[in-house]
Amino acid sequence: MALIKAFIVGGIICAIVQIFIDKTKLMPGRIMTGLVVIGTILGAVGLYQPFIDFAGAGASIPLLGFGNTLIKGVKEAVDANGFLGTFMGGFKASAVGISGALIFGFISALIFKSKMQG
Amino acid sequence: MENMMQESKKEEAKKERAKEYNDYVKQVTKTMSLPKNMFWAFIVGGIICTLGQGIGDVIKHYGVEEKAADSMTLLILIALSALLTGLNIYPKIGNFAGAGALVPITGFANSVAASAIEFKAEGFVMGLGCKIFTIAGPVILYGIFSSWILGVIYWAGQMFHWW
Repeated sequence: MALIKAFIVGGIICAIVQIFIDKTKLMPGRIMTGLVVIGTILGAVGLYQPFIDFAGAGASIPLLGFGNTLIKGVKEAVDANGFLGTFMGGFKASAVGISGALIFGFISALIFKSKMQG
Repeated sequence: MENMMQESKKEEAKKERAKEYNDYVKQVTKTMSLPKNMFWAFIVGGIICTLGQGIGDVIKHYGVEEKAADSMTLLILIALSALLTGLNIYPKIGNFAGAGALVPITGFANSVAASAIEFKAEGFVMGLGCKIFTIAGPVILYGIFSSWILGVIYWAGQMFHWW
């Protein structure tokens, strides 16, 4: 059941974003940035966590979930450290995603050659 | 007078060529309908999320607590995406899946790995080192900044007891 929910919800989010891409011709970088920012807002007003509780990976794997992770980390850090926490929580909460992408991306670049230059 | 005639004829020929060119571009550019694009975005995006759910469930099944299991799931998906990007498979999936390959966290990992691979030839510092952030940079910057602003509002709300 959790698998089906993840499939349907994750699929629907992607299909909706596809409409935006086709209608606005926005570049991938802008789409990704927009999703993360929207995720932080949805997370801040408390809408995204219940959504993840319902849809699991269908809500956490899309980049909206990455935005939610950021604001969740900031909120937790503010609860623990006050104003200073606004500078601490974001990177802490997103550390695995960012470090993972950079490290595996770098290793991938060490191993593979660009296909574009033949 | 004759000059002007020639000028306008030239203009017309130019327009004609431009029209021919545009028609040609339209003809050779793959135009896919929105419903078809949405369908493939739904399928591929759904599969990637299901994969994430499945991996997470298996890891939790072996007694790993939730937060660590979520992190491991994320790392596995990101590593897979970086590998498939290097093998030039992820870009091929992206060609027909569109948002289905872009929206999940694997799309973020793909953009990082793809820029790193592409710009390695320009050197490890100014090439790979800088360009690895081509798409990751804006995503991280605006994600961190918007969460900071919202965090400040949250902090103020806590201070004055309205959040």
